[in-house]
Amino acid sequence: MKKIKKIKINLNGKTKSINENLRIQTLITDLKIPLKKVAIELNQEILDKKKLNKVKLKNNDKIEIVHFIGGG
Amino acid sequence: MSDTFVVANKKFKSRLIVGTGKYKNMKECAKSVKLSGADIVTVAVRRVNIVDKKKPLLMDYIDPKKITYLPNTAGCFNSKEALRTLRLAREIGGWKLVKLEVLGDKQNLFPEMIETLDSTEILAKEGFKVMVYCNDDPLMAKRLENSGASAIMPLAAPIGSGLGILNTINIKIIRAQTKLPLIIDAGLGQASDATIAMELGCDGVLVNTAIARAKKPFDMALAFKNAVVAGRQSYLSGRIKKNFLGDPSSPTKGII
Repeated sequence: MKKIKKIKINLNGKTKSINENLRIQTLITDLKIPLKKVAIELNQEILDKKKLNKVKLKNNDKIEIVHFIGGG
Repeated sequence: MSDTFVVANKKFKSRLIVGTGKYKNMKECAKSVKLSGADIVTVAVRRVNIVDKKKPLLMDYIDPKKITYLPNTAGCFNSKEALRTLRLAREIGGWKLVKLEVLGDKQNLFPEMIETLDSTEILAKEGFKVMVYCNDDPLMAKRLENSGASAIMPLAAPIGSGLGILNTINIKIIRAQTKLPLIIDAGLGQASDATIAMELGCDGVLVNTAIARAKKPFDMALAFKNAVVAGRQSYLSGRIKKNFLGDPSSPTKGII
């Protein structure tokens, strides 16, 4: 059986080890993040939330997931 | 007579905009917002807490379908950061009405006006409706207007300082020169400061710290609500001229 290669990504400032070629959609689902309430950036480019299933993660990718919090 | 508050072609009932930061918890924040009667609340864009998913979400306490969220760029110190933040805010759910705030100094939190001006122009071209936090300089206010700002929001005093309106003359000059919504943003300390802003002819005020950090935030939220209404009514009523001498209120004729 072929061993799945692990890669490292930076998720909201923290290093995370994931399977190579993991789709962003799967990552978001696994993290139980409510998609309607967030925006997602991959390497400083905003991702279309409808196309998350098409994006595969690569080693050293930087992901930012943001939402609204209290502020003045 | 109807006296509606209009920003970027959208009508609002209340002329008070409140911030949602600095509260003890979400519950206190939501109740204060409700008591203030505000239709618009400012919100910040920050990283989702990946580790602690039980942390309460703002949207669970303040419904963006009922209250207009005004995403801000608090914490941004240049145009690049501000643009990135607001583009992300728009992506969350289509927000185009935004508050631009580019700071220039970590101590006094004064706005960095060159970066603010550049950002206003770019955002307006991208279709954003930009409410711009700025200094109380009439010349800069004019330039922001010419760059496509949807509202001019000069500071009363440094953010969170509670000093009240320091330069009433400048605010009056800005009022006289612009037809854009003029909103006092930052530095108010108590309800009467909001009344003064409205009496100067401002279209609205934006308050956060003065309510959130008051000993009794709920009562202060209510006080600001009433203060804004009082100030607006006073402004529209037309104040009397100032006199250096007295003018008796009771008739002088028929004194015994």
